[in-house]
Amino acid sequence: MSIEISEVNRNTKLLIDGVPFAVEDVNFVKPGKGRAIYRIRMRNLFDGVAKEITYHSGDRVEEVSIVAHDMQYLYEEGDHRVFMDTESYEQHPVSKDLLGNKAQFLKESMIVSAVMMGTRIIGVDLPKFVELKVVESAVSTRTDTVTAQMKAVRVETGATVNVPTFVKEGDTLKIDTRTGTYVERVTKK
Amino acid sequence: MSRSETLRLKQIKANLERRAIILDGIRAFFKKEGFLEVETPLLVPQAAPEQFIAPFTVNGWFLSTSPEMHMKRLLAAGYGSVFQITHCFRKGERGRLHNPEFTMLEWYRVDADYQQIIDDTERLVQAVAGDLGPGTTISYQGQDIDLARPWPRTTVSKAFRKSADWDPVLRLDPERFDLDLVDKVMPGFSNNRPTVLMDYPAANASMARLKPGDRKVAERAEVFIGGLELANAYTELTDAAELEKRFRKVIEETGDSEGHRPLPGRFLKAMADLPACSGIALGVDRLVMLLCDAAAIDEVVAFPRELA
Repeated sequence: MSIEISEVNRNTKLLIDGVPFAVEDVNFVKPGKGRAIYRIRMRNLFDGVAKEITYHSGDRVEEVSIVAHDMQYLYEEGDHRVFMDTESYEQHPVSKDLLGNKAQFLKESMIVSAVMMGTRIIGVDLPKFVELKVVESAVSTRTDTVTAQMKAVRVETGATVNVPTFVKEGDTLKIDTRTGTYVERVTKK
Repeated sequence: MSRSETLRLKQIKANLERRAIILDGIRAFFKKEGFLEVETPLLVPQAAPEQFIAPFTVNGWFLSTSPEMHMKRLLAAGYGSVFQITHCFRKGERGRLHNPEFTMLEWYRVDADYQQIIDDTERLVQAVAGDLGPGTTISYQGQDIDLARPWPRTTVSKAFRKSADWDPVLRLDPERFDLDLVDKVMPGFSNNRPTVLMDYPAANASMARLKPGDRKVAERAEVFIGGLELANAYTELTDAAELEKRFRKVIEETGDSEGHRPLPGRFLKAMADLPACSGIALGVDRLVMLLCDAAAIDEVVAFPRELA
């Protein structure tokens, strides 16, 4: 939807050349009798890079509706993971490229927050912490350094996580999905 | 009352107390100078045609963007020098230095030109600052500013040549003018002294008269202190026909997009009787910011837009 630059505020999402931006700051400058100048600081929602664009009074920009929907993870299908909107029950395939590293912590029936631009998913936020079961307690990896205190284990979603040596197969671990790191062992209920 | 509101109002109380002293000081100054304090309506049938000032509309009427036209009608009736402290409303103006409703001090001195009204401004600001502390030096945002008069003056032509490498008086690029004023010319002003920017290009005259002997420029001056645009002065145009011509041009250029912007008929009719005078509008909130060392207008206004 086309809006006047004067209507843009800190919550506005703009679409510029097909790329969504979140407005982070609006700096309004105006010589008393002159044109208003709007310096808009915004962040590219695809790559996270911030930039500033200067607009003048009367300029129009494209506002885009960006909303988060709760979605349930269903299954893997080729290069995609399929999610279902918990309200509309519509299914949405999401490419593994878009999910990036987060994909390795997706567990069936997990509820995620999908950021949607129109009908298109542009981002998926996992819960900050997930609880996953250890399926293989001694994994040798080439990239991770195994120290005296830490070792690598594989969890049920396939991800490899560095954990303290006391962790055993069958334990449930709390994992921080933002960093991919072990938080604690969850005591069995 | 919400906790955050109580906290905020407590934090800015010292500023609002200074604000009250400043308002007293302004009134005392003008009464001593023999000016009559007047009041004019906030709800008006027409707003002054200005290309970049948009009025709020209320049931087909407007909230006043400036008291100028009504004050000039009083001048035309022979009231002599007048002043007013009033609220003005300008749609869409919100930022660190702007609130859509703000306080304006406006005064007109009869038989005076813009040099004399700038002289008034120097004496006023010095007097008001003197009410708050000794000496003429204030500290604003980490800079000491010496308010002793006379304030350094420059012209638009000189200031743009110096900081922006072009002369808007020779050939005006209106869009570049505003941008360069903000990005290049204003930052080139002294941090430690006020600056009076004089003689705007004739196309930016608004309601100022053109300079006798140099009709490429208008007798318009702006005062800048500490990076704040504080006041805008004119030797007032008294030629009613010329004024109507300028208004018609603005109405044509703005395309009447804000709805109804009729010619202010009563004002134009009164202009035939406007005495020779000079006038200035000074942003009171900005003056209070300066004298409270406040970075934002929200620190000197009890209830800015979002918190009203």
